[in-house]
Amino acid sequence: MISAFFIFNQKGEVLISRLYRTDLKRSISDVFRIQVVSNSDVRSPIITLGSTSFFHVRTNNLYIMAVTKNNANAALVFEYLYRFISIAKSYFGKVDEESVKSNFVLIYELIDEILDFGYPQNSEIDTLKTYITTESIRVQPTAVEESSKITTQATGATSWRRPDVKYKKNEAFVDVIETVNLTMSAKGTILRADVDGHILMRAYLSGTPECKFGLNDKLVIDQSERGSSDAVELDDCQFHQCVRLNDFDSDRTISFIPPDGEFELMRYRSSNNVNLPLKVLPTVNEIGTSQVSYIVSVRTNFNPKLSATNVVLRIPTPLNTTSVDCKVPNGKAKYVPAENVIIWKIPRIQGGQECTLSGTAQLTATTHRQSWARPPIDVDFQVLMFTASGLLVRFLKVFEKSNYHSIKWVRYLTKASGGYQIRF
Amino acid sequence: MSFARTAPKKGENYELRADLNSEYREKRKDAIKRVIANMTVGKDVSGLFPDVLKNMQTEDLEQKKLVYLYLMNYAKTQPELVILAVNTFVKDTGDSNPLVRALAIRTMGCLRAEKIIDYLCDPLQKCLRDENPYVRKTAALCVAKLYDLKPELVLDNGFLEQLQDMVSDSNPMVVANAVTALTDIHVAATSLPSTSEAEKAIFVITPATLSKLLVALNECSEWGRVAILTALARYKAQDDQESEHICERVMPQFQHVNGSVVLAAVKVIMIHMRHVRREELTKQLIRKMAPPLVTLLSSPPEVQWVALRNINLLLQKRSDILSNEMRVFFCKYNDPLYVKVEKLDIMVRLAGESNVDALLSELKEYASEVDVDFVRKSIKAIGQTAIKIDSAAERCVNVLLELIATRVSYVVQEAVVVMKDIFRKYPSTYEGVIPTLCANLDELDEPEAKASLIWIIGEYADKIENADELLGIFVDTFTEEAYPVQLQTLTAVVKLFLKKPDSAQGVVQKVLNTATKDCDSPDVRDRAYIYWRLLSTNPEAAKAVVLAHRPPITLPRTTVSAALLDELLGEISSLASVYHKPAETFIGRGRIGADAVPRRTAEDGDDELSTKKALQTVVAGQNAENLLDFDDAPADDGQPSGLAATTLTSTPAAQNLLAGTSSNPLDDLVSMFGAGGFMGGQGGAVPPLGNGFGGGGFGGSGMSGMSPIQSTPAPPVASPAKQQPSEDLLGLF
Repeated sequence: MISAFFIFNQKGEVLISRLYRTDLKRSISDVFRIQVVSNSDVRSPIITLGSTSFFHVRTNNLYIMAVTKNNANAALVFEYLYRFISIAKSYFGKVDEESVKSNFVLIYELIDEILDFGYPQNSEIDTLKTYITTESIRVQPTAVEESSKITTQATGATSWRRPDVKYKKNEAFVDVIETVNLTMSAKGTILRADVDGHILMRAYLSGTPECKFGLNDKLVIDQSERGSSDAVELDDCQFHQCVRLNDFDSDRTISFIPPDGEFELMRYRSSNNVNLPLKVLPTVNEIGTSQVSYIVSVRTNFNPKLSATNVVLRIPTPLNTTSVDCKVPNGKAKYVPAENVIIWKIPRIQGGQECTLSGTAQLTATTHRQSWARPPIDVDFQVLMFTASGLLVRFLKVFEKSNYHSIKWVRYLTKASGGYQIRF
Repeated sequence: MSFARTAPKKGENYELRADLNSEYREKRKDAIKRVIANMTVGKDVSGLFPDVLKNMQTEDLEQKKLVYLYLMNYAKTQPELVILAVNTFVKDTGDSNPLVRALAIRTMGCLRAEKIIDYLCDPLQKCLRDENPYVRKTAALCVAKLYDLKPELVLDNGFLEQLQDMVSDSNPMVVANAVTALTDIHVAATSLPSTSEAEKAIFVITPATLSKLLVALNECSEWGRVAILTALARYKAQDDQESEHICERVMPQFQHVNGSVVLAAVKVIMIHMRHVRREELTKQLIRKMAPPLVTLLSSPPEVQWVALRNINLLLQKRSDILSNEMRVFFCKYNDPLYVKVEKLDIMVRLAGESNVDALLSELKEYASEVDVDFVRKSIKAIGQTAIKIDSAAERCVNVLLELIATRVSYVVQEAVVVMKDIFRKYPSTYEGVIPTLCANLDELDEPEAKASLIWIIGEYADKIENADELLGIFVDTFTEEAYPVQLQTLTAVVKLFLKKPDSAQGVVQKVLNTATKDCDSPDVRDRAYIYWRLLSTNPEAAKAVVLAHRPPITLPRTTVSAALLDELLGEISSLASVYHKPAETFIGRGRIGADAVPRRTAEDGDDELSTKKALQTVVAGQNAENLLDFDDAPADDGQPSGLAATTLTSTPAAQNLLAGTSSNPLDDLVSMFGAGGFMGGQGGAVPPLGNGFGGGGFGGSGMSGMSPIQSTPAPPVASPAKQQPSEDLLGLF
């Protein structure tokens, strides 16, 4: 499988290198540097030269790279690379050149633990943290018993949980976070609207709790069962490995023994009856070849008691724009020449309101006559206590031997980041 | 603390050595860290081997790991010194702490020094039977490491049998790693040509193992699931019922959050579904497969891309999987280019009468984006849609006209190329468009676009009043044009002459003269000679050949042969499925040797199938020679120039046949002249010629990449070009 793992900085210097198999030499990193890092036109995340394949992903100007020499499982390699990034994030916050350099010992320890002979091993963050720590462990005779526990847990059927967790106060927090994707045509028709939902849970529960999780009563998960229009329909859902997939498959119950602490319980996707929290109505006219006029309205489409926060509209301007005058009733709008956009930031809008930007961009004369490509307007926002899919958490039941009382909290957040696009 | 980038000082290794031998523990540990940092950036610190080794015996687990890391790197270069470490390793494998035991056995397997291997067997034996599952799962993989180094030791010590027993272990992680190790060994063993059949059967999955695997599947980690699913994909079901059983048990894995588990499950289902007889179960499987596939599009772009390449394959087999889901493949403005290109291809595959309007308005939108490559591919997709859906052709043509009106050079040129294919598919339907196309004549500077327009002019020479003037422009600059343009000019002028003999006499004389005297391409010269003789000896025969009716073009449902498609579907989510090429073309020796092909044939038993497969393998292997092209090849593959996908043949056999006739056009021409002397006596030979060549060279429809009968140099990625060498290679077998 994976023959080697590397981390490069933007200049192509090797920050981390680990060979897992004998079929490669360390100098293979030079090939990657030449073919990818110093190549300005890389058009594929996998590059195969001879029989060697390079898989890379980028994060904060780092290249995280795996090399294989066989017909490797490409999806697995990329999933692994992203898993490495998320583990690294959880260990030392931001993953960038500086943090990789200062944590290189820890990184070596981690990649030896999660990858053996090129095959991914246990990669549960929670479990890893029990035996790979930032402070060095001294092996004391008393720790041996602890190690046995750790190893049993790391390999067991509930590899994600230690049996001896204890809390004074038993609490569970559920966050339903929905990311809305929208593509709206220039005519105002919705080409595509869907929701990527994540249900995150922070469980601080003692013992080995058995949880049952319930969503809306009228929840339709299978397309064939669709019928009533008022139901919340999910196109698909995926679960953390603690959820018993067989149970879900047979009677749609979501039952599990949760890991301790934070984890992603469920992911889902919905494309029916999506409530779009923000409507954007752009009117953009090119006046001759020297001006473009903008009137962009934003209307909030939810209960007035709620509000959208951190609203950021990125409104594209032609490449030959010299200056932009614009007026906004709410927030601040600024022309950013480097990115060819007007950025309009609105800290907060209540539900059921509308505000409008009006402005004009001045253009210089150009010689090339290609018309302006008009990239879409991109909107980012957050709305608390609102779900675009209509999904609600009905119950979370916790059963434990000791029968303790537990407190549960639910929060909802709908947001858009980079995928809410309006063409004009 | 950062030790990673201290500037090289004089005598740095000397300082490190002093620190490694320091009496203070912290100082020694810091020194080890600095050594590792130097090792990472590629500095040679092998000279410090004995000094680092001294720090191996420690209570500090972190320090131990660092020393081990160093050992793994340099054991190969210092084999004599590694022996010194053996004692500590062997001692550690008996430590009371399972983490230490596992670490020792894991590292020993990675040392890869001949001398230490013999000392590995005893501790490994012990660790395979360890009471702690963490140690057992580590030891299981160590067997695979040992096999990689010295297979005899694994066989002699009975480690294989032990691994096979471990498949029934009570711990799911141990089961997963035993399966992983066995698969690894199995793959290594089967790739060795010398071993006999019996020795190769290292990991045979029996019905008894099957049930154990199915149980472990639900309990083990995500990576373990992938390993088990990969093993299940290799299992040959005993009967229909067992296939159904496997499918039903694997189906819940579609709901797993890890994309590689989902794709591995899809792979198992696609393989075992072939034997499922129950119609409703098949339907259910297909229905349940769709949502998780769509969900993969919410993954990071790289995973998305792997998923899209595989969805493309799945659609070639079962076009019904995602029939209502075209909208989810609409490109986002900020998608990476490689994702966008794949989405385009899939959108065309999903296009039907019901969604074609939405598709066209999307494609039009894409055609105004910034990236030239993507714009061109979008325009190509419009042409493919026109050819795929008859009823939408007119709407497609209108969109193309709107695009031509933008007068952006590359948009216009691509649109002209696409229009040529539409004319080919719907002859005499959109003649009204021709004036608009001709008005853009001056805009064209790319050979393919020029050749396309010239073909159109030649084809409709009788309808275009000033055809002789237009073609005259190209005849005047004949010698400066690229060969494909020259070939098209030649053919178009002859067509014009045959249709309007009076007005074109002069121009045809001129072009034949120039082409035979001043042209340095033998293809162009030869074609000119043939035309000349045809025209001078038998104008009727010339008409039959040059103006012959051409077979219609269609959009092929698959981009690979049926046999290869099945093979690739059995390898979903692997590199082979991403590249749509058999693994042999890019692993091992880079391509399959000639001696390997008959062996494959013998193994498979299914002669016809495997011969075809082998052929394709060899051909693709030839292309793999140019592996440096892979930079952009994966995205471009199967999307050759023009509507290359619209070859007039759909079966590989027919393609081979045609490729056979065309592999060396000169041969055919020579024999023709040699035998006939003059064409007049060969009236009988004309019709077959018309069929054989009519689609291509002679008929003049031979646009680059459009027909396999093509004597012009086609781009290396074009499928027709791929087929050509196969003819020469046939001689090998």
